[in-house]
Amino acid sequence: MPAKILSIKGDEAEVDFGGAIRKTNLSMVKAEVGEYVIIHAGFAIQKVDEEEARETLQLWNEFLDSTKQD
Amino acid sequence: MMDLRFRDESTASKVISKLREMDLELRFMHVCGTHQDTLVKFGLERMLSEVGITIGQGPGCPVCVTTTKEVVEAITLARSGVTITVFGDMMAVPTPVGSLADIKAEGADVRVVYSVEDALRMSADVERMVFMAIGFETTSPSTAYALLNEPPKNFSVLSCHRLLPPALVALFSMGEVRIDGLIQPGHVATITGTEIFERFAGPKGVPQVVTGFEPLDLLMGVYMLAKQVKEGRSEVENEYPRVVRPEGNPKARELLSRAFRPVDRAWRGFPVLPLSALEVADDLADHNARLIYEDVLRDAPQVKEDMGGCRCGEVLRGIIRSEECPAFGKGCSPKRPMGPCMVSREGSCNISYRYRE
Ligand code: SF4
Repeated sequence: MPAKILSIKGDEAEVDFGGAIRKTNLSMVKAEVGEYVIIHAGFAIQKVDEEEARETLQLWNEFLDSTKQD
Repeated sequence: MMDLRFRDESTASKVISKLREMDLELRFMHVCGTHQDTLVKFGLERMLSEVGITIGQGPGCPVCVTTTKEVVEAITLARSGVTITVFGDMMAVPTPVGSLADIKAEGADVRVVYSVEDALRMSADVERMVFMAIGFETTSPSTAYALLNEPPKNFSVLSCHRLLPPALVALFSMGEVRIDGLIQPGHVATITGTEIFERFAGPKGVPQVVTGFEPLDLLMGVYMLAKQVKEGRSEVENEYPRVVRPEGNPKARELLSRAFRPVDRAWRGFPVLPLSALEVADDLADHNARLIYEDVLRDAPQVKEDMGGCRCGEVLRGIIRSEECPAFGKGCSPKRPMGPCMVSREGSCNISYRYRE
């Protein structure tokens, strides 16, 4: 589940992880307050690209509506 | 929460009916405990088997692929008076000389941590601290970060980190199991990028889709695989571009290359796999538990990898399903596990047991 960055101090960020506030190490990703990151074992390992997320959903729907197969 | 939309049921049933129309008989594999959890928890395993698709979990559970020998190393260190920190799932893994939980009960200092940073913090209160580091490319960068950022002098790492691609090479070369497509793990690919999987693509390869972890991600991943099979393609596609970039996370990989060196090592269920594990780099030898405690480890009890009756090895190679192990739910349950696949929450036996009807 993606966590939302609430504040950043050096390599450390405070994130909202589905309602729970946690600290995470942010040294491996470039992300800003308000953005979402994927967290693993206490470290943010990647930023979630919200535009890609929206596009994925849209693509799925379009492609499911359009692909007709017999 | 934005990811709730990745669980939309009407889209899910559309994917299932598309798959039904395709009229297939396929066997896919994934290599990730989180994928297995989603598949079983949301009933996708059953839905997919009704449209001719079976999906099994391969060697994608860090606790499970760690060998008995490595757990015994940690036990031996703890018995010698060193403080051992581990991820929780490691505690109950049985070995012929007991589990870490057993020796903790006998008075050894074994502690559960959620991240390597917990272990670093605890180092201040103990004489000698060893962090038993497990996990694939997703987890090892955090250990690398700790090793490279001036860890306390008394802190060292017993590295049991593994690299996933060599295990896939082994699975294919052993040829025991028919795999029509691979659901590649989104979190490993987050670090490695997608190119690393190209070597399994092409005319002699298999269709692969790097896939996310919501139920719809998995269904779409399966659909994309099925489509590749139908169209005779064997490519690496990415269903999870919102997190996985083609180049992965270069910063994390840079940490890995500075803190570790690849070494040959056996995995549970597999022989020694070339360059399949990470050992602490030579210039960080002061923090390599295997070197610091060489004398202690030399006296570690010699144990057999084969855990009488437990078929985790075959489960990890995708040859049998957990339910096919005669001990499943009988002699073996999470309360009394006979093997790591029943201990770890990422283990296929544990997941099947938790969500069984
Ligand atoms: S059910 Fe238990 S004994 Fe059987 S393979 Fe799984 S962990 Fe091993």
